[in-house]
Amino acid sequence: MGHKTFARGIHPSYYKELTAAKRVEGSTLPKTVTIPLQQHAGAPCEPLVKKGDLVQEGQKIGDVKAFVSAPVHASISGKVKDVELAQHPNGTRVLSVVIEGDGAVKDWEAGSSRPDLGSLTPEAIREAIREAGIVGMGGAGFPTSVKLAPPKGKTIDAVILNGCECEPYLTADHRIMAEDPEKVVWGLKALMRASGARMGFVGIEENKPEAIRAIKEKLDNSTDIQIIVLEAKYPQGAEKMLIHAALGRKVPPGKLPLDVGVLVNNVGTAAAVYEALVYKKPLIDRIVTISGNGVKEPRNLKVRVGTSFEEVLGQCGGISGEGEIEVLNGGPMMGIAQSTLNVPVVKGTSGITVISSGSFKSKPYDPCIKCARCVEACPMALMPYKLGDYGRAHRLPEFKDWQGVSCIECGCCSYVCPAKRPLLQWIRIGKLKVRQEAVKAAAK
Amino acid sequence: MDKTLEKTEIKTAPEGGEGAAGAERLIVSSSPHFLDAESIPKIMHTVVMALVPAMAASVYFFGWRALLLILVCVGACMLTEWAFQKYRKKPIKVYDGSAIITGILLALTLPPGFPIFGAILGSVFAIGIGKQLFGGIGFNIFNPALLGRAFLMATYPVLMTTWLEPRTVAKAVDAVSAATPLAMMKFEAKFAPLADLFFGNVSGSLGETSVVAILIGGLYLRYKGYINWKLPLGYLGSMAAFSAIFWFVNPAKYPSPAFHIFAGGAMLGAWFMVTDMVTSPTTALGQWIFAIVGGIIAVIIRLFGGLPEGVMYSILFMNAFVPLINKHTRPRVFGGSLKAQG
Ligand code: SF4
Ligand code: SF4
Repeated sequence: MGHKTFARGIHPSYYKELTAAKRVEGSTLPKTVTIPLQQHAGAPCEPLVKKGDLVQEGQKIGDVKAFVSAPVHASISGKVKDVELAQHPNGTRVLSVVIEGDGAVKDWEAGSSRPDLGSLTPEAIREAIREAGIVGMGGAGFPTSVKLAPPKGKTIDAVILNGCECEPYLTADHRIMAEDPEKVVWGLKALMRASGARMGFVGIEENKPEAIRAIKEKLDNSTDIQIIVLEAKYPQGAEKMLIHAALGRKVPPGKLPLDVGVLVNNVGTAAAVYEALVYKKPLIDRIVTISGNGVKEPRNLKVRVGTSFEEVLGQCGGISGEGEIEVLNGGPMMGIAQSTLNVPVVKGTSGITVISSGSFKSKPYDPCIKCARCVEACPMALMPYKLGDYGRAHRLPEFKDWQGVSCIECGCCSYVCPAKRPLLQWIRIGKLKVRQEAVKAAAK
Repeated sequence: MDKTLEKTEIKTAPEGGEGAAGAERLIVSSSPHFLDAESIPKIMHTVVMALVPAMAASVYFFGWRALLLILVCVGACMLTEWAFQKYRKKPIKVYDGSAIITGILLALTLPPGFPIFGAILGSVFAIGIGKQLFGGIGFNIFNPALLGRAFLMATYPVLMTTWLEPRTVAKAVDAVSAATPLAMMKFEAKFAPLADLFFGNVSGSLGETSVVAILIGGLYLRYKGYINWKLPLGYLGSMAAFSAIFWFVNPAKYPSPAFHIFAGGAMLGAWFMVTDMVTSPTTALGQWIFAIVGGIIAVIIRLFGGLPEGVMYSILFMNAFVPLINKHTRPRVFGGSLKAQG
């Protein structure tokens, strides 16, 4: 209480104590990795290698000319076993490079030195970030270099680092801030220089005192960077909610943070920027929280991109108990359920959450009792019970009239509904139909 | 993912997990993947708990006859609910607690001496017409218990206004019919002492008497988060504020605001009927409008209408406007009406 926040939202049980105090551990070197050529929003990469090629750790293996895209790199050194369609944790199948490792490991930190930020031009920083394949690491995966280059007529005056981590169970960002505050703060400065922003902010929920302390120590009297302590509330980490809580600015419907002069990046992204500029290391690994009530030894692990979920879970004692489970790429509120454990960790995998039955059981739902809990929970100030009905019935005029397309899919409405109505699922149907309609209209 | 969206039911997806440990246990559903523990039965049963003090007070003041009326109404409501669900081949959900609440609330609005047969009739009407004909829980426009009471007012106008003195008032002859504080106010301009109203030492329907018993239940519900504070506060607040105007003008003719909110069905209505989830608005602004206008109407009926009590009609009247209120008070979408740069 008393901390900055946004209106409405929910207070789910967070279960962060399972991993919050656990230091990030290294994971074992995977024997093979499967690296999807699309781990970002935008155009997929074209492969730069073919079956049989030898690749080095950190070598670029996929890229494309398109502006909105980010290259991908080999996360281990070895031989390209195949370039094939493989399951992606977002539920689709994507062209991927499979590499069989030779056991060699590169020491990126050896001989590295931190450049003086003032000596780097914004263009040079943006280029280095693009070449390192850095994308938003909170899950959305938008290429960072693209966000750093605002179109003509728009300026960025503030960079906010998102250290809210409001999803239950996840603690990866918390550990990055607690253990590598140096990288986070320096990365933020690099992002400010690259975007021309004068102000920098680190937004952290008050339930992470260790992270707040660590970052504070590293701010060394700089006046252009501030920590913003936020109430622990879901979805505090949603861009629009974070910007509003931190700066009091509201992003209008259908607009981007850029439209109010703000750039939001995940704290993990800032740390990756540091590694790219200082170690010259592309984004080939990331911190992943493996947690949930269905995993034996919850942990925070540093995992190479392309390592399979199965292998990662194996290093956490495997899946516990009996009965049905959900394995999620991400946390329980917004994560995507996997149909196989044979999917790779990607740049946007902040966590692998294993939820065992009971907590997620989809009960048959009841009629809506108009209790207004969903209305009181919706951070976008929508009327989810109406949108759910309109979406389910494909009533598009009403769906659009009641602003269904503004839904950020946070899931608060479904979470609080005592009738257990799958509101967000129905709203997604509505949004999908609206998109299809737009595509059809455009084709005419 | 888009393909799985159309299916409401979760589906298992064993294929593709060849050899992976535990893969055959994988479930794929749409996010969010865990839900709050609240459920309709949990909410409804908590409301029943919150009505216990008011029921206990009615038994204390009016004896076992009160308990009998409550049991008859609850039984008849549940039976009607069951019969309709059976007939319409709907899942049987008699035990979700909502029919129990309707039964209790209806009983609490009846005079202690009301005939059993009438109570059964009112219950059947409340659930059958007031709820099931609209489509069952969640679909009714009007508060079923109040609709049941309105029906009984029309069919038994005399019996519905024949009141008994509570047992606690010493009388030579027992069970003499007596006037309620509101009737005395209206027809004789006599105002009952506030303390008697507060503790319930007055005549009236079963649950109209004891303010303190209702307050305990209402505050418990508020503490549990099951009622929106805007509704009872808006209703009682507007009753008090509106009646204060007349009281200032002529305190000999018009009773004080405290009398208004302590007497009759104001407390029961404000905490347990205005707050009925199904029949109150879902938007914050709408809830204020609903409660405040409702309170004003109740006072107008009490002071200037042909009836001594206006709570029931004020709520039923406002119930009718809920769909309209919701439609015109929808919240502005986050960031709506703002301009972006460039
Ligand atoms: S309607 Fe959309 S934005 Fe609102 S609570 Fe539901 S999922 Fe979140
Ligand atoms: S939370 Fe569920 S029951 Fe309550 S109004 Fe929303 S959809 Fe209806």
